[in-house]
Amino acid sequence: MDAEAVLAKHNNATILLMGLRRSGKSSICKVVFHDMQPLDTLYLESTTKPTTENFKSLIDLAVMELPGQLNLFEPSLYDSEKLFSSIGALVYVIDSQDEYLSALQNLAVIIKYACSVNSKLHIEVLIHKIDGLSEDFRLETQRDIMQRVGDDLLDYGLDGVQISFYLTSIFDHSIYEAFSRIVQKLIYELPALENLLDLLMQYSTLDKVFLFDVNSKIYVATDSSPVDMQTYEVCAEFIDVTIDLDGLYENSGQEADGTVRSQPTRCVSKLQSGSVLYLHQMIRGLALVAVMRLEDDNDTNALAVIDHNVLVFKKSLEKLWERARIK
Amino acid sequence: MTLNLWDCGGQDVFMENFLSNDSDNQNSNSSSNIFKKCEVLIHVFDVESKEVQKDIEIFKRVLDNLHKFSPGVKIFILVHKMDLIQINKRQELFDIMFNKLHHVAWDNYKFKIKGFATSIWDESLYKAWSQIVCSLIPNISLYEELLSKFNSILNAREMILFEKTTFLVISSTNKFNAGSDELDPKRFEKISNIIKTYKQSVNKIRTNFNNLVLHGRNSSIYLDVLTSNIYIMIIMDNPKSTFTGYQIDDENLVLENIKVARAEFEKIEKGA
Repeated sequence: MDAEAVLAKHNNATILLMGLRRSGKSSICKVVFHDMQPLDTLYLESTTKPTTENFKSLIDLAVMELPGQLNLFEPSLYDSEKLFSSIGALVYVIDSQDEYLSALQNLAVIIKYACSVNSKLHIEVLIHKIDGLSEDFRLETQRDIMQRVGDDLLDYGLDGVQISFYLTSIFDHSIYEAFSRIVQKLIYELPALENLLDLLMQYSTLDKVFLFDVNSKIYVATDSSPVDMQTYEVCAEFIDVTIDLDGLYENSGQEADGTVRSQPTRCVSKLQSGSVLYLHQMIRGLALVAVMRLEDDNDTNALAVIDHNVLVFKKSLEKLWERARIK
Repeated sequence: MTLNLWDCGGQDVFMENFLSNDSDNQNSNSSSNIFKKCEVLIHVFDVESKEVQKDIEIFKRVLDNLHKFSPGVKIFILVHKMDLIQINKRQELFDIMFNKLHHVAWDNYKFKIKGFATSIWDESLYKAWSQIVCSLIPNISLYEELLSKFNSILNAREMILFEKTTFLVISSTNKFNAGSDELDPKRFEKISNIIKTYKQSVNKIRTNFNNLVLHGRNSSIYLDVLTSNIYIMIIMDNPKSTFTGYQIDDENLVLENIKVARAEFEKIEKGA
């Protein structure tokens, strides 16, 4: 079983995806990491055995999904102690359109066990499928669930456990936002990265900058200013535009030798409001996407300065990554 | 150019109205001229329709009216909702349908028809509408001429003109005229689709986009406003040198050229 192989490596960047049956775990996996259309996930078969998938991003990430209908503590299936001690984050998915009381009971049992095995575990709860709920009902549901989880943990004497809650749906960008936050917690070098991005912002007059994983549209880091959902969506969709357009005009296998290193993809788009969208390819399938405002008319000079700064940032990113790999 | 689009209700009651009342009973009312001065008929067929015979019958009657009132009309048919048919059967089904309609139109009225297999769930709809709208643009040949002249100066891999609001392809020119088959034949429709999605996406931050310059792996793509109604997209091959940073001079050269071309294209638009 490949789950064993992952465990053997003792990889801390493993996300364990759990939840009751039909809560939407597989759909999340397919939509976020496999670029599947949200509507197509209606026809997914139910997952019958634990599956592990690996993703290369800034860090090598593994997402393990446990089928919901199995009893977690069945000893013949997998070594749950080893499992929980080796993962970095536990993501529990709750179907908000269904009766969630049994899911909450299940969650409390799992948290109790997980905390006894691994105290450094990040526990994340996705209040999922909120697309079917009205605006005010969403917050009410979230408050209710947070309250109940808190009460349950108090009963077990675990009131100090940190749990994060997210409202998610696969039909908008909220699921990417939630996963971005979760993955960011697993990146050891995050403070250094954020610092670098802040510096870049400061010297290049950017409004907002994201470091995206191109394949999954998760942002692995952003600067310290607050994230505005609309800006995130526009930036994520800008990546699609760039990739799709570039893909249409590919040279079919004429220079397959690979010795000629093509320049990194870079895309600049001016908007009528005076803002500029800027994308620059980074290392390891990452791309830097920024929103900025160019004050003067001579924007080629301003862009050249930004290009230079971004290249400097890219070099530091390469260095950071080299050092990190030695550990 | 202003397009008066008449979206006619398709219920039997309305249809009877158009076909019998409105056309025969001349003195009834002003709506009797539904078939008068028609430039284009777009007849949409549901590919899943149960009553194909009846659909064709209605098509016949529409043609009959057009023959009487607007003999110079251009006729397009869309065999629509193709997404509901298995991929390997689509072409076959479309051919059967098209041949049948072609015979109806040609044998009785000497109308030539053009047909498209379409679906709103992919880019086929852009292809169909692009050709329909192109057939209406008055001095399309002038645009084409100017575009190929522009390309002889810039030597781009490809140049495409788009209508601004719909992003339908108006005209295009290509460096290798015969050997362009290595490129995706559906690329125009795909570009229309991509850019429209992009427009909707920047609408979320309450603005619209002006231009886009992309230096990709194999080519550089420039998308810019050309006239008040037209966008231009230019695809340049990347020089096959080793990486030496961005060729800012090249970029400026192309952008300056677009500026000069803008004046020329605006002349055509004003003259029309």
